[in-house]
Amino acid sequence: MSLQQFAPQVLGGALIGLGAAVLLLFNGQIAGISGIYGRLIRADFGARHWRLAFLIGLLIPATYLLLQHTTPIKTVSVGILALAGLLVGLGTGISNGCTSGHGVCGIANLSPRSLIATLLFMASAIVTVFVIRHVI
Amino acid sequence: MRSIFTALLAGLLFGSGLVISGMTNPENILAFLDVTGNWNPALALVMASAIVVTLPAFTWVRRRQHNLVGDPVTLSNRRPLDKDLIFGAIIFGVGWGLSGLCPAPSLIAGLGGNAHILVFVLTMTIGLWLSTRFKNS
Repeated sequence: MSLQQFAPQVLGGALIGLGAAVLLLFNGQIAGISGIYGRLIRADFGARHWRLAFLIGLLIPATYLLLQHTTPIKTVSVGILALAGLLVGLGTGISNGCTSGHGVCGIANLSPRSLIATLLFMASAIVTVFVIRHVI
Repeated sequence: MRSIFTALLAGLLFGSGLVISGMTNPENILAFLDVTGNWNPALALVMASAIVVTLPAFTWVRRRQHNLVGDPVTLSNRRPLDKDLIFGAIIFGVGWGLSGLCPAPSLIAGLGGNAHILVFVLTMTIGLWLSTRFKNS
């Protein structure tokens, strides 16, 4: 174990935080991806071009993954992925936030509501992985 | 025009952070969530490091009620808990644990050439669209 080993996590996390800080400090908006994407797909445009701009910026780094030619990850079946996507969409929509909105921005805003949401989705994800990997 | 540019820059920083930290690889997420298996706690550092950077910005804006360029911003952290928050967070966690994917990484990994993850993105989009019908408050 060395500090260098964790450099990608620390640097990556700092960039995520910097992105959220820039969006708040200049646009007055919360970098919650489920909310930004969810409102965009509901064609709720108007003066909301910033949402599209944010998503375009977010997706630019995907070209790095394309250039790397990483082998497609097949940790779970397509059926499970489809079910998981539906649950993630429903759950983040109903609770108004995901890992970014509640987990990063909400906690940074010292919101008890977001802290509880984060602890709950972490706990239910840990239980789900435990059941799949060690029970079934 | 300025808000479009700053939003693009914010998204670019955010997305680069997700790729660099390994959040776009669902195997990393599942290893982090598998606490009783071959646990990899490194991803906790991603969230901790992000919060350390974001915390001063939120504190500043919440206290002054405006952002750096002087626009009024109302940030509250005193909204009460409700059933939707609890129910939604638990459902989200199950989906996250099943797949190792949450919204932003799935969009990046899907567009980054992983066709399987595009299936996730499609059903997530349907779920987000449906979620408005399930909300009580």
